[in-house]
Amino acid sequence: MATITMDTLEKTYPGAAEPAVKGISLDIADGELIVLVGPSGCGKSTLLRMVAGLETITSGTLRIGERVVNRLEPADRDIAMVFQNYALYPHMTVYNNLAYGLKNRRFPKAEIERRVQEAARILEIDAFLGRKPRQLSGGQRQRVAMGRAIVREPAAFLFDEPLSNLDAKLRVQMRVEIRRLQRRLRTTSLYVTHDQLEALTLADRLVVLNAGQVEQIGTPSVVYDRPETLFVATFIGSPSMNLVPTDFVRSHANGHMPPLSDRADIIGIRPDSLLLAEPPEPATPLPATLELFEPAGDVSHLYLRLETLPEPLTARVQGRPSLEEGAPLTLWVRHGEFHPFEKETGRRVE
Amino acid sequence: MQTKRSTFPAGWLPYALVAPQLVITLIFFIWPAGQALVQSVQRQDPFGFRTTFVGLDNFSRLFADPLYMNALSVTFVFAVGTTLLSMSVALLFAVMVNKLIRSRDGYTTLLVWPYAVAPAIAGVLWWFIFNPTIGILPYILDMLGYDWNHRTSSTDAMILVIIAAAWKQISYNFIFFLAGLQSVPHSLIEAAAIDGASPMKRFWTIVFPLLSPITFFLMVINIVYAMFDTFGIIHATTQGGPAQATNILVFKVYMDGFIGQNIGYAAAQSVVLMAIVIVLTVIQFRYIERKVQY
Ligand SMILES: Nc1ncnc2c1ncn2[C@@H]1O[C@H](COP(=O)(O)OP(=O)(O)OP(=O)(O)O)[C@@H](O)[C@H]1O
Ligand SMILES: [Mg+2]
Repeated sequence: MATITMDTLEKTYPGAAEPAVKGISLDIADGELIVLVGPSGCGKSTLLRMVAGLETITSGTLRIGERVVNRLEPADRDIAMVFQNYALYPHMTVYNNLAYGLKNRRFPKAEIERRVQEAARILEIDAFLGRKPRQLSGGQRQRVAMGRAIVREPAAFLFDEPLSNLDAKLRVQMRVEIRRLQRRLRTTSLYVTHDQLEALTLADRLVVLNAGQVEQIGTPSVVYDRPETLFVATFIGSPSMNLVPTDFVRSHANGHMPPLSDRADIIGIRPDSLLLAEPPEPATPLPATLELFEPAGDVSHLYLRLETLPEPLTARVQGRPSLEEGAPLTLWVRHGEFHPFEKETGRRVE
Repeated sequence: MQTKRSTFPAGWLPYALVAPQLVITLIFFIWPAGQALVQSVQRQDPFGFRTTFVGLDNFSRLFADPLYMNALSVTFVFAVGTTLLSMSVALLFAVMVNKLIRSRDGYTTLLVWPYAVAPAIAGVLWWFIFNPTIGILPYILDMLGYDWNHRTSSTDAMILVIIAAAWKQISYNFIFFLAGLQSVPHSLIEAAAIDGASPMKRFWTIVFPLLSPITFFLMVINIVYAMFDTFGIIHATTQGGPAQATNILVFKVYMDGFIGQNIGYAAAQSVVLMAIVIVLTVIQFRYIERKVQY
């Protein structure tokens, strides 16, 4: 059990022109599950590996608990890591895979036995303890990788996209299990993913990274409901948020505009905020033409053309409304669901 | 799984295509082997006028001959020594080169070169280096207080031939070990580091076991090499001496057959050698068929 404190951590790979991680500061509370999310190449893995001790820290301070661990070997940092490809030792049985870290730390045999059995029971892999990793399915391997992390009872878990090699169904199942396990063990965790659904469902707090920098830190609901930057606004949420110039909205609003800052020249609107009928709350109308109708199970996606705008807007509505492609219609946006941004700085302005 | 195969109309073409290979195999391998088999049950008089059938007489004489027994044990020591030395040095080099990033290709190229040197030339090279009168190594050893003379000391002679034979094989083993090391996933090493294993421990408990298929393959290859491919080295350095100390089986065949003109006796020895090769090959194939062990 421990906190993790990052103070302006920076990483420049040898020979690289630009740092991969640019001065990240983050305080992780004891027992918290932090998810690092961001597009490919934004430095998520790099940051995680710096915490693990697998990459050197170019500058800044990293503390696990009260200790500064910048120069400690991975083994001395009291962390456990779950790798994307699981990194199970192929020539060892599941039992020995779990026991390896304990043996290296010279735990007594009886204690190793007790901990391995306990972890195997929690993860329901007791039946496979005698098998080699190649004799296991992807999901079972994943559990063994988790087991190897929990037997050590470390101060922190580090996960680098641990579910990305599983099929969609198994991924949901393992996601729930990781959450349950983390709640139960209350071990401080840092979890990397680029799957935003995973990020939103797992995180106590979300850290959105872009090009080596933090865009926003907050609970999933805050990040979703109040994105602080244009990047976060369009990165989190699927389908992604629509961006419309304020002037365009104002010219069609017939005076139904919410109070906005002068600097707000772009308005973000989530696909589910585009309504087909006028709501009881104050709302702004937008005239549009239905370009394409896309049923997606219990919801439908509408691609809507707004006269002078180059890009169509995306709306998500419940069920399958009977609409004709090419027909003109009026969309309504509640005033509370406007996300005003300033284009130049890319920041939210209110 | 289904494999796609193209079929040729049965006719002369397939036979014509394999014919050159068959002819070469027949003339250079099967025929001499057959000759050896035939001669191993015959005895010729010293002038080659008369050949008599003697059954397994040559073989029973062989296994009763203390000189042959000596050659067997010398070969054993030589093969094991050469294999151990060349494989351990090659593994050490491969591990070190694998740690490099930018200069890796350069070192690899340099380390592969010795493989291109013919055994006899390698032998001459070592003959010069170790020459008790003019060689550089005995000179240095002398300063350290060791009196090197492979012409009188059987231990020195054995060390000399083992070094000379292993030297060339290091290149070959090195390439295989390096390829093997590069195929060990990096995340395994990282996982072991997090699991608290020291670099040494990581090597012996993770990397080395994962190399075991390659190690086994190389072991067989090296033993075969040491037993059958080192004639040139022995010939150029010790000539089997002193006092039979480095007289390995292949060299003894040559000495008895061509120098001693005891054709039947030498043929019986080559038949024994053939049997050893067959056993080693079977082991090799058996193992490779079963593929990786983990
Ligand atoms: N060993 C390395 N040497 C040099 N540059 C590297 C190295 N590893 C990563 N980088 C660079 O650092 C940046 C961040 O990489 P990183 O692996 O942290 O991205 P990521 O966010 O984990 O991406 P992904 O989602 O694709 O895994 C990238 O631009 C990458 O090219
Ligand atoms: Mg990554």
